[in-house]
Amino acid sequence: MTPHVAILVFLVVGIAFALGGYIASWLLRRDRPNPLKTIPYECGEETVGRTWIQFHVGYYVIALVFVVFDVEAIFLVPWAVAFRELGAAGFVAMMVFIAILLLGLAWVWKKGALTWL
Amino acid sequence: MPGGEAASGGWSAIAGALSGHLLAAGLVAGFVAVSAMFLIWWERKVSAHMQSRLGPMRVGWHGWLQSIADALKLLQKEDIVPARADRPVYWLAPLVVFVPAFLAFVCIPFGKTLIPADLNVGLLYILAITSVGVIGIFMAGWSSNNKYASLGAMRTVAQIVSYEVPLLLAVLGVVLMAGSLSMQSIVSAQTGAWFILLQPVGFLIYITAATAETNRTPFDIPEAESELVAGYHTEYSGMKFAFFFVAEYTNLFTVAALATTLFLGGWHGPLLPPVVWFLLKSYSVIFLLMWLRWTFPRVRVDQLMSLGWKVLMPLAFANLAVTALVILLFNGGTR
Repeated sequence: MTPHVAILVFLVVGIAFALGGYIASWLLRRDRPNPLKTIPYECGEETVGRTWIQFHVGYYVIALVFVVFDVEAIFLVPWAVAFRELGAAGFVAMMVFIAILLLGLAWVWKKGALTWL
Repeated sequence: MPGGEAASGGWSAIAGALSGHLLAAGLVAGFVAVSAMFLIWWERKVSAHMQSRLGPMRVGWHGWLQSIADALKLLQKEDIVPARADRPVYWLAPLVVFVPAFLAFVCIPFGKTLIPADLNVGLLYILAITSVGVIGIFMAGWSSNNKYASLGAMRTVAQIVSYEVPLLLAVLGVVLMAGSLSMQSIVSAQTGAWFILLQPVGFLIYITAATAETNRTPFDIPEAESELVAGYHTEYSGMKFAFFFVAEYTNLFTVAALATTLFLGGWHGPLLPPVVWFLLKSYSVIFLLMWLRWTFPRVRVDQLMSLGWKVLMPLAFANLAVTALVILLFNGGTR
């Protein structure tokens, strides 16, 4: 068996641990909901308008930039592990790659996408 | 620990390996619960003393039983679900936050053999699994149907996403030096010198990004009490709330354990047993994070975003390039 089985065992135990807490509290507590108690908490004010609204576009831009750089960072991981075998050629190749990315970062920066709202 | 040797054996070998993993998981579950309760008490004491207060004093000597009393209280608390909440998602969210925090322990090396499984992609696994938790945080904020919770959840996602890349880049400097993603190889690569001496910039970026990833002051914008009540878990009560709290302190320990393993020589140390050294270093890092919390005021959202993208990102890239260049010049072709 591969050591990866440990992840599966931990997943099962972790879920069981959390469910155990849920069940124990379900057995021990007493729920008495009433309409006033279940109002969304807004410091005593009555809630106005919808909560499930559209996101501000700023979040979307940040998410897009994140996806670009996170995917690129994944390429860096195997490079870092195998760096000593790759030698000077690997170094130059990755520096060119990083330079292109930094150019992208500079462009996003100049476009104002990194300036929050 | 169990693993490879079971490949040829029959059912008994598989059962043996599984029971070994089960034992490890049980021990970790116990450790996570005790550690979280200890950390909550400790954080209250540390913050109190830093502000010339005493903190909890009533339950046990210097209030050391306070967390246990709190846990017993939370166990009996009513489970309040807001009227217009998305019930299944609301129910599931604490699990989605807690379970990944727990799963990270598969690859945390407490000692030479004290690691549930030394995966060859250990570091990548920990970084990947801990970022699943943010989905649970968003589920909690969104399903509560509460404006504070929604705002907190949106901010959390933006923040964690922004600091994920600098964190990964900072850690890659260590991977370059160790030439491996296995946690034990990274520890044994530090027999000569701790990586904090060779990667000081990487360590600073890591600590900053880790503070942001765990939503701690000065980067606690997701749950800024004075603005958002409690952020994404505003509506939660009882055991569900408790699991958010346990997950938060479990993540805090994971972050400190990673700092110990990657930069502070892991379980290496003279005289004392390795596991003692590991815990000593990890809890020292946590103390440092608590100290930061009571030293710095909270930053604004725009300051947070520009620090992540405009300062830490270029710095992390520069650190990576310089590290690679130095390795190339000094050790090129030695392996």
